[in-house]
Amino acid sequence: MSDAAHAHDDHSHGHPSGVMRWLTTTNHKDIGSLYLWFALIMLFLAGSMALLIRAELFQPGLQLTNPDFFNQLTTMHGLIMIFGVIMPAFSGFANWQVPLMLGAPDMAFPRMNNWAFWLLPMAGIMLMGSFWLPGGAVAGGWTMYPPLFIQGGISYDLTILAVHIMGLSSIMGSINIVTTILNMRAPGLTLMKMPLFCWTWLITAYLLIATMPVLAGAVTMLLTDRNFGTHFFNAAGGGDPVMFQHIFWFFAHPEVYILILPAFGIVSQIIPTFARKPLFGYASMVYATASIAILSFIVWAHHMFTVGMPAAAQLFFMFSTMLIAVPTGVKIFNWVATMWKGSLTFETPMLFAIAFVCLFAIGGFSGLVLAIAPVDIQLHDTYYVVAHFHYVLVSGALFSIFAGIYYWLPKWTGNMYSETLGKWHFWLSVIGMNIVFFPMHFLGLAGMPRRIPDYALQFTEFNQIATVGAFIFGFSQLIFLAVVLRTIKSGEKATSRVWEGAEGLEWTLPSPAPYHTFETAPVVK
Amino acid sequence: MSLAQTDKYYLPQPSLWPIIGSVALLLMAVGGTMVMRDIDNGGWILLTGLAILLYMMFGWFGEVIRDSEAGRYNSQVDASFRWSMSWFIFSEVMFFAAFFGALFYTRVLSVPWLADAETGSLLWEGFQATWPTAGPGLTQDGFEFTPMGAWGIPALNTLLLLTSGVTLTWAHWGLKKSNRTQLILGLAMTVALGVVFIGFQVYEYIHAYSEMGLTLGAGVYGSTFFMLTGFHGFHVLVGTIMLIVMLLRSIAGHFTAENHFAFEAVSWYWHFVDVVWVLLFIVVYWLI
Ligand code: HEM
Ligand SMILES: [Cu+2]
Repeated sequence: MSDAAHAHDDHSHGHPSGVMRWLTTTNHKDIGSLYLWFALIMLFLAGSMALLIRAELFQPGLQLTNPDFFNQLTTMHGLIMIFGVIMPAFSGFANWQVPLMLGAPDMAFPRMNNWAFWLLPMAGIMLMGSFWLPGGAVAGGWTMYPPLFIQGGISYDLTILAVHIMGLSSIMGSINIVTTILNMRAPGLTLMKMPLFCWTWLITAYLLIATMPVLAGAVTMLLTDRNFGTHFFNAAGGGDPVMFQHIFWFFAHPEVYILILPAFGIVSQIIPTFARKPLFGYASMVYATASIAILSFIVWAHHMFTVGMPAAAQLFFMFSTMLIAVPTGVKIFNWVATMWKGSLTFETPMLFAIAFVCLFAIGGFSGLVLAIAPVDIQLHDTYYVVAHFHYVLVSGALFSIFAGIYYWLPKWTGNMYSETLGKWHFWLSVIGMNIVFFPMHFLGLAGMPRRIPDYALQFTEFNQIATVGAFIFGFSQLIFLAVVLRTIKSGEKATSRVWEGAEGLEWTLPSPAPYHTFETAPVVK
Repeated sequence: MSLAQTDKYYLPQPSLWPIIGSVALLLMAVGGTMVMRDIDNGGWILLTGLAILLYMMFGWFGEVIRDSEAGRYNSQVDASFRWSMSWFIFSEVMFFAAFFGALFYTRVLSVPWLADAETGSLLWEGFQATWPTAGPGLTQDGFEFTPMGAWGIPALNTLLLLTSGVTLTWAHWGLKKSNRTQLILGLAMTVALGVVFIGFQVYEYIHAYSEMGLTLGAGVYGSTFFMLTGFHGFHVLVGTIMLIVMLLRSIAGHFTAENHFAFEAVSWYWHFVDVVWVLLFIVVYWLI
């Protein structure tokens, strides 16, 4: 059978339009956009929850919420930000960029790609819908610890199944990405020539495939403990609630690297472009990423120093955790070295990337402080931890997402974004972000516990500062929305290279990148 | 018909199957939750979801099979299938690892802690750390059960599954020699062994529930026992269904000596399920 004839009549089937186009699409660019829009919508939903939390914490006492609803807000804020914003946004980047960077026509499995995306809105419906169920949404914390999580009502079951569905989506998405990267590279594009974004996603996908099933196992045990009489987490039956924490963190520590490795990748693409120098120490970046991934499997109990474990175990987890700071330091060093003596310009993507390097480093340092077991016994479950993970997640993961959007939006839409609005968005975000989260270090050191709607009077000032910052940060994201919408509609036409210093296959394509790209593979020398 | 070897990429058309599958899973999750919470009509929603899911699988896999038989998959697609099946099996390994981990944790750590002179005795004085156990609370309340021995049905099942691995490999040799009779015979024997295994497992479960007092609720021993063997049994079921599909396709004349990755994928899966069973047999049934 002649394949050319095939290809021909394949194209004569009309593509569906309207809603059906998006429901049935197998195009990596369409699916990338779907992921990114989903993430943006969820960002505003979970962000509103955060603003409600901060509004409640503006003063001691209970103003706007009751304790149960407050706990629902913190739980859902965490779950949605992790599974509904950061992870889908990175998947959106992977969908858009991995085929373009590898010179592939699409992902390896375009239909499964569609499925991986369309499972997410289903899980989103289940999570958001649970607010309206009897008893409200889950209030047991995003970490889902038993016995609390075993005692809740219907939304707890629904949330467990939503986690299963999101896990399924992640596993399918990751298998797709790994396969694409390993099997669909243009001729000549060897692994060690691959853009670092692809490397970080390859390793992230590996982490996802390795840990998502473990999470599925953990929540399955919760589900059977709740509904089918098992005793995994019940000491009377010989089980142990602490066992859940071990299994959960065996998933969830690698998960935090899932939330940051693609960010490393994005930043590693952006900094060389605006420094007009190749990335310093490419190979060491690859090895550092790989060692972070491997080490991330042996540090999980640093989340559990206070639940009780032998001193030897504490020492082991303390030192293994500190060890991760070494490859992380290599990365920061390499980014700074890339900028060193470069001819730097400061367009919005670069601003976000530089802020990423500085502020992520702060988050890394507070992580190191928390890694010290005796110190963590004081700081665990205080606002210090909240400060730590928001420095790595907001000024880390989220800023890298902003940076990536500003960087590639001209390639995707064919239009330049407004640099003025971009800078406004950047400065308000950086300032707002630091006003919210920096005081939380002090609150934590002074002993303010997390996940409590009320607090002692002496914590008032710092809480008020944080709340003001939160509203600045939150509302400045509307600028981002405006920038994105305006860029899609209009704006100065972008060239194919877009940025003077940009290197890589995606920049050889016209802007906007056509619907089908690299149908015959380019050759990389 | 052999695969067309071209340097052109294969790109599927837009497809309705994934969104149908997503809706199916949503219905199943919502229906399942309603069943667990005793809300009326949950069962119907669950079944509707399941029916839609099965419809999707028939439709989607059917399309893939037709594409494959029409020679639309080139060697690159074949390599993609190989990578993805390997990674999928790796994810399954990690899923089972969670439950094996739970078994290890309870046997080696939490049960001994509960009998520890300093800590455990504060809660349940006099509890002895033994395995199998239903745990200190249940034991003190007079809960009793008989653990499942290794040398009856489980040993037989081990034999069955190991043999099925051999018959499947024999079928594969047949396929590679283009000996269709050997292929079909080998597959049929493998399916038969799988079905007998499932039958024995069902019998064992009924026996455990009705005569031995061994249930999901029998403390952490019952929990780990049924979770591990249950998920394994479910995988055997899925594997058997996939083997039946391979059998029917072989009878219909699908596959060639060179191109038969669907068959290989199913046999990888089957061998994986086999290995899990051997581990299960050792740590769940034998070493107690
Ligand atoms: C140098 C690297 C890092 C170190 C040494 C580190 C260390 C730690 C430690 C010891 C804790 C436990 C604190 C406690 O609960 O008492 C913690 C919590 C946390 N870390 Fe990190 N971390 C690092 C990087 C990251 C990154 C990159 C992320 C995510 C992008 C992250 C996200 C989190 C989150 C979400 C929590 C809180 C989990 C919870 O209890 O809800 N960390 N970190
Ligand atoms: Cu951690």
